[in-house]
Amino acid sequence: MNAFVDPAGMAGHSGLAKGEVLLRVDNVSLSFGGVKAITNISFDILKGEVRAIIGPNGAGKTSMLNVINGFYHPQEGTITWRGQVRRKMKPYEAASQGIARTFQNVALFKGMTTLDNIMTGRGLKMTKNFFWQCLHWGPALNEEIEHRRKVEEIIDFLEIQAIRKTPVGRLPYGLQKRVELARALAMEPELLLLDEPMAGMNLEEKEDMSRFILDVNQQFGTTIALIEHDMGVVMDLSDRVVVLDYGRKIADGPPEEVQSNQDVIDAYLGVPH
Amino acid sequence: MDMLYNILIDPFAQMAGAPDFLIQVIWEGFVAGVLYALIALGFVLIYKASGVFNFAQGIMVVFAGLSLVGLHEKGVPAWLALILAIGIMAILAVCIEKFVMRPLVGQPDIILLMATIGMTYFLIGLGEVIFGGEPKQMITSELGLPTGSTAFEMGERGLVILQHIDIAAAVIALLMVGGLAVFFNRTRIGRALRAVADDHTAALSVGISLNQIWAIVWFAAGIVALATGIMWGARSDVSFALEIVALKALPVLILGGFTSIPGAIIGGLIIGIGEKVGEIYWGGLVGGGIESWLAYVIALIFLLFRPQGLFGEKIIERI
Repeated sequence: MNAFVDPAGMAGHSGLAKGEVLLRVDNVSLSFGGVKAITNISFDILKGEVRAIIGPNGAGKTSMLNVINGFYHPQEGTITWRGQVRRKMKPYEAASQGIARTFQNVALFKGMTTLDNIMTGRGLKMTKNFFWQCLHWGPALNEEIEHRRKVEEIIDFLEIQAIRKTPVGRLPYGLQKRVELARALAMEPELLLLDEPMAGMNLEEKEDMSRFILDVNQQFGTTIALIEHDMGVVMDLSDRVVVLDYGRKIADGPPEEVQSNQDVIDAYLGVPH
Repeated sequence: MDMLYNILIDPFAQMAGAPDFLIQVIWEGFVAGVLYALIALGFVLIYKASGVFNFAQGIMVVFAGLSLVGLHEKGVPAWLALILAIGIMAILAVCIEKFVMRPLVGQPDIILLMATIGMTYFLIGLGEVIFGGEPKQMITSELGLPTGSTAFEMGERGLVILQHIDIAAAVIALLMVGGLAVFFNRTRIGRALRAVADDHTAALSVGISLNQIWAIVWFAAGIVALATGIMWGARSDVSFALEIVALKALPVLILGGFTSIPGAIIGGLIIGIGEKVGEIYWGGLVGGGIESWLAYVIALIFLLFRPQGLFGEKIIERI
């Protein structure tokens, strides 16, 4: 089942053991002009875990993901990725170092087919140079075929064979989300960031997506950080939960502990400040 | 009644009466169409990869042609001048990416369009400073391009004359189109180009470097511009007037679709042949000179029925 990720071929992976710190965020603050999106947040993500980031709307969850994969550069604080401290990272550097992500409102290449969308995820793994690619022959062609095979395995894994050649703009929302996950998986990431993977889905689609996320985590050992509003899903899937509210961290710990935390309950029920 | 006769019957009678002349007219139109198509190709490349309508494509054609001829005038051998001209287009591409595109990432398309208009006037000025304003002769034979012509006898019906340079232009255009089509659809960089055109954020998240992709696509457009400059230059002169001719590519793009490489070619041929045939056989009815606007009328009619062009991507999106 997990034929498409051979451990030896996980190029660029850190080789950290399960449970070691893969990513740590220290005292990160981010503001846009005068608006503080994130204030002094610290937490860590351990290798192999499913880490949930929750909080009411506008709490700074998506901003946090954007800081992690380099879309935003925090004014203060540091990010430690595989033991290396960095202030800012460019998105394509983050991608080449094993961080993949999906987006809250689906960022797919709408004019392209499912297959081509997923193939873009293999881009970093394809190394034959410009010259060979122009010829589309010899080594470049072999490489193309080899990566195409990997992509077919991912397509099988996520059960999207039927929409292989469909332009993704025409797909229903639930399937678009799944294609986006497929594209992220094609990168064989060490850390997978999922921004509301189940938003707008019906119960059945949510169950499918939950199953895929758990499979990815358990079979391939991919570390996952996800933002989700559905508390049932969060409690079922995640090993640890960090709770944000108004850009600050208000709780951090295992799901059951967070669930009974008074600050968290207040934040969600809206106690007057 | 005479009017109807002149529109509906007489032109066809003329065509049947002198088939050699008709073939000659169609051939001339075909060649013009190939040249329009080459220019349109440059537009399509940039549009596909960045969603920008590159107003500067015309001046890039002139600039490329002038660089080639200018270097040769300075005593550089033709083959070396060609290589250097390609190098100049590469430098231009990198500069455009670094100084124009990069600071404008994420801005609305109209801003990028305005930037390309600005670039056009900058390049006109720069070209005049470096190469002077007067028209130059293209170094056709020095580049090894054929210059002769062949006359085909059509039995007793007369003869058709084909210029070899025109045949060369058609072959070169065909090769470029074939190559680009494979490049865009089948290779990693081609896919990355389309991905960037579609969604910048998503492209970044899968590890595509926007800067690199844009430099590549402007370079590709530069190469196409150089080929166009050589072919246009061989038929007339290399002068800044070509920049205006380049806008003839607009109806071609409307017809073929802004995103389609084969569309640029088919559109170019329809416009080229359509305007020549229209001018010769129907132009007289309104006093001639319809060649300059017929293309736009054809394009408008197509717009009514296929707003996305003949081959453009019809994006059906769920909303």
